[in-house]
Amino acid sequence: MDFRLGPKSDAFREEVRAFLDEHLDAETIERAHRTGTNHDEDFHRAIGRQGWIAASWPAEYGGQDRDPFEMTALRDELRLAGAPTDGMGLSLIVCQTIRRVATDEQKADFLPRALAGEIIMSLGYSEPDSGSDVASIKTTATRDGDEWVINGQKMFTTLAHVANYVFLLARTNHDVPKHKGLTMFLVPLDSPGIEIHPVHTVGGERTNATFYTDVRVSDHYRIGEVDQGWHVMTVALTFERGGFGLSEADRVWERAVSWAKETRRPDGSRVIDDPYVRERLATMRTNNEVARLLANRTSFVAATGGLPGVEGSMHKLFYAESMTADAAELVDMLGAEGVVQRGDDEAPVDGWVEHLFRHAAVTTIYGGTSEMQRSIIAERGLGLPRSGR
Amino acid sequence: MDLNPTDEQLEVVSAVRAFLTDHCGPDVVRASEPGGFDPDLWTPFCQMAGPTIGVSEKLGGGGASLLDLELVCEQIGSFLAPVPFIDSAVAARILASSGDPGRQYLDMLIVDPSTVSTVALRPAVGGISALVPSGSIAGVVVAIDADELVLVADDIAGAGPRNLGSSPLADRSVRSSGRSVLATGDIARTAHAEAVDEWRTLMSGALVGLGEAALALGVDYAKNRHQFGAPIGSFQSIARDLADAATLVDGARLLSREAAWAQSEDEEQFAPLSSMAFLFATRAARKASNVALHVHGGYGFTLEYDIQLYYRRAEAWPLSLGDPRRGVAHLADALFGPAEAS
Repeated sequence: MDFRLGPKSDAFREEVRAFLDEHLDAETIERAHRTGTNHDEDFHRAIGRQGWIAASWPAEYGGQDRDPFEMTALRDELRLAGAPTDGMGLSLIVCQTIRRVATDEQKADFLPRALAGEIIMSLGYSEPDSGSDVASIKTTATRDGDEWVINGQKMFTTLAHVANYVFLLARTNHDVPKHKGLTMFLVPLDSPGIEIHPVHTVGGERTNATFYTDVRVSDHYRIGEVDQGWHVMTVALTFERGGFGLSEADRVWERAVSWAKETRRPDGSRVIDDPYVRERLATMRTNNEVARLLANRTSFVAATGGLPGVEGSMHKLFYAESMTADAAELVDMLGAEGVVQRGDDEAPVDGWVEHLFRHAAVTTIYGGTSEMQRSIIAERGLGLPRSGR
Repeated sequence: MDLNPTDEQLEVVSAVRAFLTDHCGPDVVRASEPGGFDPDLWTPFCQMAGPTIGVSEKLGGGGASLLDLELVCEQIGSFLAPVPFIDSAVAARILASSGDPGRQYLDMLIVDPSTVSTVALRPAVGGISALVPSGSIAGVVVAIDADELVLVADDIAGAGPRNLGSSPLADRSVRSSGRSVLATGDIARTAHAEAVDEWRTLMSGALVGLGEAALALGVDYAKNRHQFGAPIGSFQSIARDLADAATLVDGARLLSREAAWAQSEDEEQFAPLSSMAFLFATRAARKASNVALHVHGGYGFTLEYDIQLYYRRAEAWPLSLGDPRRGVAHLADALFGPAEAS
């Protein structure tokens, strides 16, 4: 056994660090934090020029054939630096799918621009009444000659206000079971009939509700076969190739430890010498290490030709739940000052702990709730009978 | 990165597993209670994988790494095998790393690997090491007595107190006639601390195996027990707890193996990783055995069902090192350095 990511990954990590030193400044990070839009056009284009938006892809598709352990290094460093990467993450999910299911014409139209960082995509799956039960969506697309007419509403369309396209799942057939009547579209967000309303979150992120009234798109924007939208949506997940690594919990832990070592209480004692502080930080470090190992296991499964389904669910469940619990412990650890927010001089750890507390809650929800992950682990991992939901 | 054991490791693991499947069913575990030692299991076990396998080949051992030992311990935990492998393996390694007086006893262990030896994990107080793991069955005890690392080769103490985990615990004198000094001062403390970290790592392996086996009992029961006309495993509140436990056990296995690997491959990280592994495996084993017992309903509380064997040991085994929360403080020392006195 060998728990190192390996020399290739280490070398690439150095490359990423050097790139971030040059291309990511404090103001970019601060602006993303302040606006809640975790995307920066200049930075995203710089990543694109570097060839890293889909770095794991084969060179023929504009990638660099990076292996899952190199991808871990890339994502780790972006995360630890606090880089605004939502545009990269969301676009990549869409591009993965386009690469697998779209026509050559569509690939030629969208992929080079997306991989260069010139366009970004947002996701339009969830609706006000359809969260985990995505297949129950009500937004419709109706054929009209060579065009489709879209009507409905999407929720949590993060980055729609800065994105070029929304990857929109719509109902195209009402006469079949709910999973079988869906079709996927890549809708240009400058189409007439689209309204974007901001939705602000407890984590300080800005997301959106998007409204579609008689939005017309040509058949060129249909991705995959008609009524095969469910398959199209799950393709991106099926081909997920690991590469997860550190999380926001690691970044904030490192900052909290530095702060606790440097900071003294009014009685002159160092914060890090407080037994309650030590206990919290040591416990969180342990959880972070387990989360990292569970992430690395998904990369290892992917790198050895497997599909890390249950392993991915365990990683997602554990990192999200432990991050949420540990963030609350860290706020407590900071005491009365723990509530002071970023931007105020009194905020301990520059307010990042307070921010982590607010941010962490969403990690147990997006990308498949903890409940969905537990069902996958129970049914596919442990072989328990399917529950009645 | 390679998270798969080598073919050689898999061979050893499957041999140990096959042996324990044949010779260490729950009836054997029960029969070993309350003393927690089965000499008829231990002797053949030692012929297959004795505690000196973790000693270097040039000293007459098997040249196994701590990771090799950890993999064996996962199997021991999985079957709750009443054999003093962890304690004896750690003792053999500390003897191998100390000078001549230790080597002499090591040679004895190599000639007869079934000689039980152990390391007292906590410093002796007033010449007594309290509740030494395998203390009731060990002929050789290595301990910290004030400033000295000592070896006591003594008559076997005999039965210790009845205890939650039916473990062979006993108080041992470290000042009796068969006492040799192995090291003093910092050298003594460092050698002992390293041995305790190795014990943490091997115990975390055993706890991972325990957790995995307890979880399997719970999952099996949840698939077969019907209430309200359905297998109870189809109820989300049952499935949820089992899924959480499975996740903790998988995480604990990875961390435990990483710690064992680090002992030879990433030495600076070994001390913190062994502490993390031990704490997390303790948490995982306790959660898994607790959930699995609970899933059994009232039957889980009866002595007839096997899950109680796991539940008691998950709580008891880690306590040889004291309160696990103090273990968190110990980890903090390894991560942040000792706290400054204010």
